[in-house]
This record gives sequence, C-alpha cells and structure tokens, in this order.
Amino acid sequence: MTDETKAMQVQEQELIPESETERTRECTCFVPRADVYETEENVFVVVDMPGVSEENIDITLENNILTINGNTTLESPADYSLAFAEFEPGDYERSFRITDRINREGIQANYKDGVLRLILPKAEEAKLRKISVTAG
Amino acid sequence: MYRRYRTPSVWREMDRLQREMNRLFSSYTPSRLRSAPGYPALNIWENEDSQMVSAEMPGVQIEDIDITVEGDTLTISGERSSDDLPEGARYHRRERAAGEFLRSIRLPYAVDLENIKASFSDGILTIRLPRAEAEKPKKISIKI
Repeated sequence: MTDETKAMQVQEQELIPESETERTRECTCFVPRADVYETEENVFVVVDMPGVSEENIDITLENNILTINGNTTLESPADYSLAFAEFEPGDYERSFRITDRINREGIQANYKDGVLRLILPKAEEAKLRKISVTAG
Repeated sequence: MYRRYRTPSVWREMDRLQREMNRLFSSYTPSRLRSAPGYPALNIWENEDSQMVSAEMPGVQIEDIDITVEGDTLTISGERSSDDLPEGARYHRRERAAGEFLRSIRLPYAVDLENIKASFSDGILTIRLPRAEAEKPKKISIKI
C-alpha cells in the first residue's frame, strides 16, 4: 500500500483512552503502533516501542488477552533545558484478544532497536488443511 | 481581503466570528508538543556549551542512518525499511510506516565538528553537538 520511495511522515502519538483501571506510574501512556500479519504457520505481531529497554517489557497472556506493556527509561538529560519537543517519552500498553487457535506454549518474543516482534504459532487444528477429493 | 463597503455589516461580524473560531481551534495543540513537519520527531535540549538532539526512530538500522553537520545545520536522513514478509502473509493491521526520510534543522550556533557524538539505543538516536570554540561567548571586562 505504501510506496517504498515515499517520504515518511511522523505519526502522532496516540494516548491511551481513560479507562477504569489506573496506572500506578506517573508518566503518560501511549498506544504503540503495531503491525499484525499472519501466515499459514504463525501470527506475527510487530510493535514499535522506542525508548523502552528490554528488561522493562512485560508480555502477559491471561484469559485469551495478550497484553504488552513497556515502561520507559528515558529521562531528560541533566544540565540541559528543553528547547523544542516533538515527542514525549512515555509508557506503552496495548492488548490483543487472541483465540484458542494459538499454541500458547510456543509464543516467542524478540526485541531490537525499539521494535518488539512476537511470533504466535498457530495450534495444529487451526492450520489450513487441504482436503483432497477422491473420485467415486 | 477585499470587502465591498456596501455589504451589510452583519456579514462582516459573522466573518470575524468565523476567523476567531478558526484561530481558536487551529491553535489548540499542547504548547509543549508540536506536530513534526517531517520524520523523525525531534527533541532538542540545549545549554551554553552544547546541544543535544534526540530523534525517535524505532526499527531503523544504524547503517541506514546518515547524519551530516555543516556549519550550523544538522541533517538526519535515511531509510526505514519494512520487514520482509514471508510468502503468503496476510495483513490484519498495518500501522507502522516505512520509507525514506530527511530532516534538517538549524542550530543556534556553529558546532565543533570534531567532537560530535551520536549514539543509538532502543530506537532513540541521541546526538551531542558541542559548541564551536570560536563561537563561545567571551566575557569582556570593562577597564576603568
């Protein structure tokens, strides 16, 4: 859909809408942008979470809901005054509902350069099965 | 805007009201955050001796980033490549963009090219630009 040579635009940071549950951390919480795509074997979820270091990422799976939580460790540098700001450091949180068609034991996660990649393998029953037709 | 003086004055009032409303809505952005005119979004900190520029660019490979400084202009350019999809993949959601980017900013003073430091971690590029020696303010003492 997007042309490879098109110039990039900054996408606005999306704030998490106010909900019943409060977060206990003081900073703003954003909804990170995610790409979700699937192949025959796996479902891939790729989430942009800049400013979060690997040990501060929490991925939990509870009752069919996969929640990705990232706590930021960005700080303003000491001795400097802020002249210009276009992005704000913040936490990231996003949940996805997954079905029973995912093999929970095999979920893998990989984090590099601000991008979290999750591989959710499909359960055996959910894989596309080709049914052959016999004459007769 | 050219106005015919013979038009009834009520239209002028409406026009003025509309202009005021437009101004009110268009300027309603939090003053601490501006919408960036180009990718990547930048934060700039400064003090008397140096500047610190940080850019948010998750998923960009270090070898795809080009930083050039010329006098007092800093240019960050490069490409954010999209992941190679395996055969037969189908998208359910696509929110992350990919493509080329180039952004130049003008710094308030010329920088010392030898001592510029850049680091990239967790998707945030941080560049520290110290002020050029020749441009440092000199204190002038008054001789009585």
